[in-house]
Order: sequence, then C-alpha cells, then structure tokens
Amino acid sequence: MSAMFGSNENTPLLRVKNLQTGFKIEGDYYNAVESVSFDVKRKQIVGVVGESGCGKSVMSLSIMQLLPEGIGKIRGGEIEFEGENISKLSDKRMNSIRGKDISMIFQEPMTSLNPVFTIGYQIAEVILNHENLTKKEARLRSVSLLKQVGIPRAEQIVTEYPHQLSGGMRQRVMIAMAIACQPKLLIADEPTTALDVTVQAQILELLKGVQEANDMSIILITHDLGVVAEICDEVLVMYAGKIIERAPVEELFAAPKHPYTELLMKAIPKMDEEVEKLATIEGLVPSVINMPQVGCRFANRCPKAMPECMTVTPQLVDVGHEHEAACLLFDESWPADRKRDKDRDREGVTAL
Amino acid sequence: MTTRDFIQDRIDHLDNRENLLEIHNLKKYYPVTGGFFKRTIGNVKAVDDISFALRRGETFGLVGESGCGKSTAGRTILRLMKPTDGKIIFEGKDITRLSGAKLQRARRDFQMVFQDPYASLNPMQMVGDIIAEPILNYEKRNKQELEAEIKALLKRVGLPEEAYYKYAHEFSGGQRQRVGIARALALHPKLIVADEPVSALDVSVQSQVLNLLKELQIEFDLTYLFIAHDLSVVKHMSDRIGVMYLGNLVELASNKDLYKEPLHPYTQALISAIPEPNPAKRKERIVLKGDVPSPQNPPTGCPFHTRCPVAMEVCSQEKPALAEVRPGHQVACHLY
Repeated sequence: MSAMFGSNENTPLLRVKNLQTGFKIEGDYYNAVESVSFDVKRKQIVGVVGESGCGKSVMSLSIMQLLPEGIGKIRGGEIEFEGENISKLSDKRMNSIRGKDISMIFQEPMTSLNPVFTIGYQIAEVILNHENLTKKEARLRSVSLLKQVGIPRAEQIVTEYPHQLSGGMRQRVMIAMAIACQPKLLIADEPTTALDVTVQAQILELLKGVQEANDMSIILITHDLGVVAEICDEVLVMYAGKIIERAPVEELFAAPKHPYTELLMKAIPKMDEEVEKLATIEGLVPSVINMPQVGCRFANRCPKAMPECMTVTPQLVDVGHEHEAACLLFDESWPADRKRDKDRDREGVTAL
Repeated sequence: MTTRDFIQDRIDHLDNRENLLEIHNLKKYYPVTGGFFKRTIGNVKAVDDISFALRRGETFGLVGESGCGKSTAGRTILRLMKPTDGKIIFEGKDITRLSGAKLQRARRDFQMVFQDPYASLNPMQMVGDIIAEPILNYEKRNKQELEAEIKALLKRVGLPEEAYYKYAHEFSGGQRQRVGIARALALHPKLIVADEPVSALDVSVQSQVLNLLKELQIEFDLTYLFIAHDLSVVKHMSDRIGVMYLGNLVELASNKDLYKEPLHPYTQALISAIPEPNPAKRKERIVLKGDVPSPQNPPTGCPFHTRCPVAMEVCSQEKPALAEVRPGHQVACHLY
C-alpha cells in the first residue's frame, strides 16, 4: 500500500503526467502517445474515445506496463497511482499491483481466456496470486464472483471451458476475473466491441453495476460515442496520440469544442434524426513516422484550419465550463510565447 | 428542399415503382453431419422461410444480430448459395434454379459489396485488374477504352486515377471499400447487396462510404439490399427495413414506422439497446436476458419466446406468421 504517500480522498486515484510512449520502428523510436496528461478520480468512469491508431490502447497498455517488450517503451512522463509513481516499478512490484489494484479487460474475450483451463481454474488463479486463501476458498469465491456478474448455473460453469460459452458470457467471465481482487481501477479496452447490441447493453449495465458496488474507477476505451454517452462521467478525445479535448460527458456532447470532436459526432447516423448527408472528415491520420512535430496534428484535415495551425502547437487548456480543448480557435490554447505574436498581428491588422 | 421534403418525395417516388426482386418463402438450411459416414444428423436453419420484395431504386435494410441469418439471406438471394427451398424472382424471372451459363448471365445484374475490405480484394492483383475482371467475364473490350472507363469509375468513387496501378495493401480500409464498390459498379448492375459494408471502418470513414453509396444509388438508379447489425446505420440508409431473428423475419416496416412504432418485442429491445450519443437521454433500457439460442436447435413456437419479456403461453407452442397489422407494417408476433 502507498498509504505513506498520504493518498487521501482528494488525490486522484490515477494521475498521468506528460506520458510519452514510443514504438521502435527500424531502430528509431516514434511516439504513439505524445505528452498525455489526465486524472482519474475515485469512483469515476472516464471514457477515452478516438479512431483506430489514435493511441488509446497504447496509453492503457502503458498504464498497465504491458507494452510489448523491446518494441514499446515509456519514454517520458509519470504515472501516479494513489500518489506513487508506478512507471518505473520493478516487474515484481508491478505484478503485485496488476490484477489486484489495477486490472484490465480486453476486446476479444475469446483470445484473452486460456482455452485449456476451466473457467473456475482461471478465476481462482487470479485470487490465489494476490490473496492468502486455500484453493477451496478460492473456488468458492470464483462461484460467487460468477454469480455477481450474472452468470446462471455458476457452480457448473466453473468446471467448463471458455469455448463452451458465448461471447457475452466470456466477457462476463473476464469481468469476474478483473474484479476478483476488488481493484480500485479497471481499464476496459473496447469491452463491448465484439458483442451484439443486446449483449452490449447487458455488459454495460453490468460494468456500471460492479463499478457502483465496488467503488471502482473505470477507464473505458472505445471508438463508440454512444457507449461513452451511456456510462461515462468524463471523456477524453484522442487524435494522433494526443488528447485534444477533455470534458464532463454532458458538456462534451452539448458543446463539443474541437472541430475533430464536432465532426466525429456529426459523422454518426442517429436514431432520432433524419439527415441526407453525414459529416465526413477528409484525408487520413498522419502516420506515426511522419507525425508533424509542430502545429496541430489535425490541421491537414480540419475544415477550420488557419495558417498558424501548421506552426503553432495548441495547448490543452480550460476553455470554460471545466472543458479543455487543444485548438487555436480558442485564445487560451495558444502557447504563451506565441500569444504575443498573435496579439501583435491582430493589432497590426486593426491598425491597418 | 428540406430533408423531410426530400424523404417524402422519395417515398412517393418509390411507391410507384415495380418490384425488382421478390423473395418467396426462402429457406437455406446447412446440414450438420456427424458419425463415421458423415451422415446428416440435423440442420442449421440459417434462413427459415422469409418473404419480402425490393422495389426498383429503394434501399431495403436487413438488420439483426450475429447468427440471425442476414448474410446467408443476402448470399442466397445472389445465388452465391443454393437455396434449400423457396423462390427468388428477379425482374419477373425465376432465378432460383438457374445454373451454369444461365446463372452467370443473370448475375451481371446483381453484385455484392463485402464486409471486410482486407479479405475481399486480391492482394496480388492491381486495382485496375480487380475492377476489370467482372467486365472481362462478360465482354471482350479494347484495352485503352477499358482502362479509361475504369479510371473514370475510380474517380467517381473518390479515388485518384493512379489508384489503377496500385495494389490493395497500399490503401486504407475506407479506400479499399471504395475499390470494392467500384468493382461492384463495373457492370452497371441493377441490384447491389451490401453485406456490412462499413462495420470494419472508423466512424469518419464510415460516413464517407455511406454518403458515397447514397449518391451512387441516385446516379445509377441502383437498388440496394443493405445488410448490417447496426440499426442506426441501417435506418440512415434504408427506405424499408426487415428485422431478422434466428433465421426469421420478425418485422418489416418503413424506416419511419419501424423506429417510431416498433411492434415486435425484439425490435423494441434492439432499438432500446442502442447506446445513443446523447448523455441527456440515458434511458431505461429493455435489457434482454440470455443469449440468442442456437439455430441448430431453435425453440419451438416463436423463436424469440425464450428471451421475450412479454411472452405468453401460446408463444412457446405456435409460431406466429408474418402478417400486415398496419398499412405497410408487417410483424410476426402473437400480440397482434
């Protein structure tokens, strides 16, 4: 426990500061996550949205320190869990946190379960790793966990193998394993993407239920704005490795600030709306190798781009209503040293 | 013209058009084999007696969860698979039992766009050749002429002319799907079956492809059978929608009626389960219990009764037939 660090109710459960995660491509490191900072408060559900390749999964793997060895590396920044920097912990120490204090569920429940062990064995394994219990006690706990995640015939299911279950049931088992040691933080990476909508609804309801019952925080990574709107308290929008917008969920959907977020919302067909044409975003995300080092990374696709967007890097700052955005359309986003230039230019224009 | 006027115009226009395709009691069973001699020991009833019609120029959406038989229905209608029973009438001609050269000739008029743009394009072929292949199956063509035609087609679907000389791996998912669409359009078909054409794509790219499909439909007077699991996408694209469950068509209605007044309890649950991108509208969902039963061993009576929140005694005994309960609105449920 990190009680000595004074982890009181006010310190955020997780604080990510300036995280940079790089991947090695032909000998050089390229950052897939660039200067990402955010907090997760206790009992909060934080959604991370973005399209494929935006770095949302790499970010979560960085927090868990599950990056592929020798290829992916945390290259800078800090990850504080209950006030303790965990980004430089030894494997052994990290192992005692993973699965106990922070646990994770993945998109594909089939590939994340071991096909040759029974469900009961796999849940008990997690419990025995972290707690001083006998096998029998662990087995009993597995059954009660399965019941908690809504699996019928739990006593029988513990003796069955993953292939005997449906996708939704497997995801329930994954959730049971993840909450086995009552973690404080659950990272859910696209937990419902592989599931049908009616099953997705079941799983979202379950996640919300276990979050409330265990006073857990959740980082929910998804590409689906609908899922975010449904269960999250706060949302981070990522684009090309950076957070470009952060806001409480109602605020984000009521008044998206960044042009990317706005377009993303207009691009999805909605059940209660008739539109002839959906919004589109032209062009492609710049590849990680050719990522522009200065300026806004969305500039080349942004319909509202100005010449400065290519040269001035926007800062993620509060633009009102606890709403942060990184876009030069907002004066606050201009870096201090460039702000003067901008104001002078403006004055120049009015003087003319 | 407002969107609403546009939609009303479209409805009036489509109402006056004749059926391009009629499906009568279509069935597709996959045999389940077992034992030493691989005898048939049962059937997976992937499509179990469905009937509907597509009017020329409309988009008919087929929606349902995985395993409901929507893709099998699409493939059987294109005669990529042999139906077990039933009739497929295309432009008044029965194509159910066609085979060989006759089938190939008929196929010119109906094409398919596939779900996975990575798996459905040959990685060894130049994009130009991929699109030329269907044309060359039917016609002998002058090389320059054909190349010009394909380049024009590539441009029409939003790709640069140079795409002609490239290979599939050089494109992003969205661009590959455009190649797939160009290939389907190459023969100027009348009907296109699009099987989950956007489910592998990111949202921003998905909207590009959906917009493109809509434009092309008007430009080439295409009829679409649009198959997807995402009800909001299907609603955006379709004039009429059929909801499938365990191989059965449980409800069929116009886009507007289905959303405004879903009649079948399954449709109601399906609509209610969609998370809406609007936190102000977090709703009490109808959360169905359990999973879809196996189509190899479907429940007796109504296929949905095992999960239905309002099931009655009769539901487990008698299978309800699809019947028109409101003008243009069909449902298969004992409640009506």
